[in-house]
Amino acid sequence: MMPRFWPMFRKEFIQMRRDRLTLALMIGVPVIQLLMFGYAIQTDVRNLPTVVLDESRTPESRHLIHAFENTGNFRIVAQVDGRPALDAAFARGDAQAGIVVPADYPRDLLRGTTATVQIIVDASDPMSSQAALAAAAGVAQIRNLAILSAAAGRATLPLEARVRPRYNPGLRTAVYIVPGLVGVVLTMTMVIITAIAIARERERGTLEQLIVTPITKTELMLGKIAPYVGVGLVQMTAVLVLGRFVFAVPLTGSIWLLYGISIVFVVANLSLGLFISTLAQTQQQAMQMSFFLMLPSILLSGFMFPRQAMPLFFQWVGLALPLTHFLKVLRGILLKGVGLEALWPEVLVLTGFAVGLIGLAVSRFHKTLD
Amino acid sequence: MTDPAVETRSLTRRFGDLTAVRDLTLRIAPGEVFGLLGPNGSGKTTTIRMLCGLLEPSGGTARVAGVEVTEAPEAIKQRIGYMAQQVGLYEDLTVGENLDFYGGIYGLKHAARGARLAEVVAFLNLESRLDQLAGHLSGGWKQRLALGCALLHRPNVLFLDEPTAGVDPAARRNFWQAIYGIAAQGTTVLLTTHYMDEAERCQRLAMLSRGHLIALGTSTEVAAQVGGKTLEDAFILLQERDER
Repeated sequence: MMPRFWPMFRKEFIQMRRDRLTLALMIGVPVIQLLMFGYAIQTDVRNLPTVVLDESRTPESRHLIHAFENTGNFRIVAQVDGRPALDAAFARGDAQAGIVVPADYPRDLLRGTTATVQIIVDASDPMSSQAALAAAAGVAQIRNLAILSAAAGRATLPLEARVRPRYNPGLRTAVYIVPGLVGVVLTMTMVIITAIAIARERERGTLEQLIVTPITKTELMLGKIAPYVGVGLVQMTAVLVLGRFVFAVPLTGSIWLLYGISIVFVVANLSLGLFISTLAQTQQQAMQMSFFLMLPSILLSGFMFPRQAMPLFFQWVGLALPLTHFLKVLRGILLKGVGLEALWPEVLVLTGFAVGLIGLAVSRFHKTLD
Repeated sequence: MTDPAVETRSLTRRFGDLTAVRDLTLRIAPGEVFGLLGPNGSGKTTTIRMLCGLLEPSGGTARVAGVEVTEAPEAIKQRIGYMAQQVGLYEDLTVGENLDFYGGIYGLKHAARGARLAEVVAFLNLESRLDQLAGHLSGGWKQRLALGCALLHRPNVLFLDEPTAGVDPAARRNFWQAIYGIAAQGTTVLLTTHYMDEAERCQRLAMLSRGHLIALGTSTEVAAQVGGKTLEDAFILLQERDER
């Protein structure tokens, strides 16, 4: 069976080992990405720089502003005297939120008419403005309830929703990001590495030499991807270990199942790279095509943005990406601790991707120069 | 008469509107050192590529080592050796690793591979270079290593596309000694060249011009057929005719 697979494998392995820079990048990139995504990305926006325009200057207004500050979402950076100063702070970017308390705020509060307070947010940054709006609504609601229950003579609230965040009780972003990052890192590196592999042989003239040997297409393709399966597993281990010890990301389920499915996913990505490689004439073209695939993988797979929020069409596009299915496996095993009984559809799809893509790559590759 | 090592009948290859090789009919005997001579663009490389199964002929037939090229392009691969104009060596592998790789790809079993490798290394005097990276070799040594890689599996026919382009005269002489050695063992050698002294070393020559066979025979016969006193005269005459 495939006697020429091993010489091919050995050759690829030696070349990989000798290319120190690429090898260092393949281990360095995941580590850097992990630290970057893990530390830098926080979807819950806190400490928005906030300016206050307090036209009433009463204990009531100060009490309210204090309540906003206590949410942790707003960090008061300045008190201003008038609208122009407020607008200027926004324009300069010194403030991303503003709280305006009108002069008649305490009077309205006392009379029982609706007192208003204005919250201004810089919506050019939607994520932080969303967080500010939610926090502001929360402050208003709590104060409303307090005033209403006092008026109704009740000491307790009629209804309280108790929310239990399962699988990530601390609602920490790293717990959400790090498992997905395993899949993103593997997609980025595995596709590119094989995409340039055949193009490089073509550019250096070694492909022509290989074609005149009796090596079969399957031996050539499998020999090329096999050494990188090992690299993929090393990368994955690096991210998991760092994720565990730096970001306290749990590993709830079976580690063997995780590695087993990961091998299938890695093979699928390597085969995708090989397929790209058969389309590209040069390494540069191969790189460009890989990058072209990278963006949808990051944006549409559910790595950063929830797929449920996407229009149906883009949800379908997402389903055509191996990463989308692998993310379910990663989060399922790492965070929820589920096994094959829950993940078999994803395993089936990933196996389909791996087999289909390698078949496609082999059939696209011709042992001629035409 | 024994079966020819290479036999083509009306072999033709077109690239779009351009006919690179037209109606080429050749018979090359086993053990012969045969040269394809012609200016750039005369169809030499295309011919060799068709005979190796790298390009599909647009018309005509070719038999190499008893196998029909168009019918069984994979079957001939174990029986031929090929050295491209741009030698296909892995520059990040050592000389020994390159030889070992091609030995493995040609299916030499482990024990036999070691013995055969040693034989080829001795034949081409590569011992002192075994641990050197192929990328660090000079032109002449690269050529010799590429020849070694193409020889490992004892091919019946060896195709060499401009094997000594860019190699110094001393290295060229060494290279030719090796070629005669290979032919003496019964391997047919088909090479392309546009060096006159090299062409004169071939037992027989085919002169090509714009894809046509112009003359065939020994170097003196070819020169006479084209109408020059020497082979060089003939070649220049041909080139001038082409340029008009």
